[in-house]
Amino acid sequence: MPDVIKADGSVRQDNWVVVPRPEEGESLAIPSDQPALIPADLWLAGYGHFTGNDQIGVWFDSHDEPEIIADKVNELPLIGVNFPRFVDGRGYSIARLLRERFGYRNELRAIGDVLLDQLQFMKRCGFDSYVLRADKDISQAAKCLNFFSQGYQAATDTDLPLFRRRA
Amino acid sequence: MYVYDEHDRQMAAERVAQFRDQTRRALAGELSEEEFLPLRLQNGLYVQRLAPMLRICVPYGMLRSDQLRRLARITRDYDKGYAHFTTRQNVQLNWPALEDVPDILAELAEVEMHANQTSGNCIRNTTTDQFSGVQADEITDPRPYCEIIRQWSTFHPEFAFLPRKFKVAVNASEKTDRAAIRIHDIGLQMVRNEAGELGFRVHVGGGLGRTPMVGPVIREFLPELDLLTYLEAVLRVYNRYGRRDNKFKARIKILVKALTPEGFAEKVEAEWAHIKDSPTRLTPEAIERIKGFFTEPPYEALENASDLLARQRFENRGFDQWLSHNVDVHKKPGYAIVSLTLKKTGTPPGDVTDRQLEQIADLADEYSFGEVRVTHQQNVVLADVRQDRLLELWQAITPMGFGTANLNTLTDIICCPGGDYCALANAKSIPVAEAIQRRFDDLDYLYDLGNIDLNISGCMNACGHHHVGNIGVLGVDKKGEEFYQVSLGGSSHHDADIGKILGPSFAREDMPDVIAKIIDVYVDHRTEEEEFLDTYRRVGIKPFKERVYA
Repeated sequence: MPDVIKADGSVRQDNWVVVPRPEEGESLAIPSDQPALIPADLWLAGYGHFTGNDQIGVWFDSHDEPEIIADKVNELPLIGVNFPRFVDGRGYSIARLLRERFGYRNELRAIGDVLLDQLQFMKRCGFDSYVLRADKDISQAAKCLNFFSQGYQAATDTDLPLFRRRA
Repeated sequence: MYVYDEHDRQMAAERVAQFRDQTRRALAGELSEEEFLPLRLQNGLYVQRLAPMLRICVPYGMLRSDQLRRLARITRDYDKGYAHFTTRQNVQLNWPALEDVPDILAELAEVEMHANQTSGNCIRNTTTDQFSGVQADEITDPRPYCEIIRQWSTFHPEFAFLPRKFKVAVNASEKTDRAAIRIHDIGLQMVRNEAGELGFRVHVGGGLGRTPMVGPVIREFLPELDLLTYLEAVLRVYNRYGRRDNKFKARIKILVKALTPEGFAEKVEAEWAHIKDSPTRLTPEAIERIKGFFTEPPYEALENASDLLARQRFENRGFDQWLSHNVDVHKKPGYAIVSLTLKKTGTPPGDVTDRQLEQIADLADEYSFGEVRVTHQQNVVLADVRQDRLLELWQAITPMGFGTANLNTLTDIICCPGGDYCALANAKSIPVAEAIQRRFDDLDYLYDLGNIDLNISGCMNACGHHHVGNIGVLGVDKKGEEFYQVSLGGSSHHDADIGKILGPSFAREDMPDVIAKIIDVYVDHRTEEEEFLDTYRRVGIKPFKERVYA
């Protein structure tokens, strides 16, 4: 079971699995005994089938468009956003759109090439759980989530950019 | 000038502590080279051909004398006693040790300086006109807006891992563009609309490098309060849709071109519609607060010292030349804007020693309210000098090497560090600049030639802005040998244009002759009023080609 870091730096375990996109001609292999994140477009394609199932969430890859489920986000217990490489910054925009534009309130998880030094950016953009890449030292996560005590900008974490707090 | 408050100080200190921790983990092997790379780049640290290189941010080119003195001390204590002013108004150290960098950053933070986002695929230092606030023809002082952009872009959580680097420049002069905004990812031209309200004309997608482009206008008028929300919309569209599969096609200009400027503008407008009234929208109070840092220094009520200067010019020819070329008109009677040129032949353009940094600091304190500005032409400006002290100043700077009266002439060359220092370079650039400066050492002849921008880059990355030089020189590698390609007709000003390649490239030793032939063609064809660029635009590239390759 993966260790999952929470936005407050605490670590817990859960058994959500990320189901990869099936190859051409293959079907989606959803485990029967574990909650699973499936590609968002496939969830939408089988929409009626998954409705009300709190064991099914979705994940977006960095080039995916979160707009496709804009009006349905809160039907999902968990959304994952994949960072295929840690230098691919598209996931930050996806997270802010899910939170700030589509009003997603449930858990938002960073998955993939998730390293320590990006955690605070992820937190500011609305991620509230993080599955660190396996070789990284999870004991440093709490520190890395809180390198900065404040930021200049408004983001998902605050409606008050520094220029409004100074006024 | 902007002064940090407790918030800025706290974040600066936290940044230093963060980088100290990251450096420790990198040295301990907990961070791979690949993982450490963007972290160190966003703290200004490159690993170069001979040693690491640290690029220190000079926000929109403004420096105080205490900061100059601190830079001098850092070059002495951590480097080899010299620094380099860059074409983006920043300062580079060429020889710091990796493990010392956190200490250097801590020393910088003490004087409200940093190296944040001076490199890497993020929003870089916002640049502007070095004459901001002291010239008569500007719409308003652009520096407060640069500071607002600086704060918004610093550690922006969404835009730290863009497809590629991202540069913003602001210009507020109506007649000139010393900030070269049309060759930036975003160029903001300050304007007033018909109702007299302040705002920006927004250019997006200019840039140099492999695919040079002049940035098209994507919005004619953006009200000032909407500045940050609109920038956020542009950046979000770029972050989501800019290419990440090919480093050479990853700049925003490629996206703008692919979508067409109209198509790109539509996407930005659609994004902006969602966030234009978000908390990121500026308030009049927030703008006023920042403007409060850029008030006028305590000028004295003076008359223009025309008679005195006329007499002094008459008596001293060298002073006369310097006054004509390196001194500009100030908005206040009795004051003048002085450019200190860092282009003395034999010294790499933009290089200064620790002692010279201290001399500049002393000059700033003595003559210009303790502040200087760095220019993208790699010179330094004293913006507020009393006219009746110009002669005294000129006498002081001449032995220091800052008085070469060649501003804007052929030998006021913009030049990147090139193959002598830079790991990316294909060819050396400094020796080419020096050879040309030696060839054209007659000031009277240079003045007769008028304003000519000669820009030299050691590779396609175009740090020396060769595409927009009236004469551009690009170092290329041909089977391991260094050659130089020449282009003509570029401009970085209001009439921005990308130069046209003249033809096959030349060996280094031929470059002074090639430039001389190009100048001869200009001299043969020009009319009374024409500058080099005018003549080129009238006669075209053909006569130049014929002469050079004859």
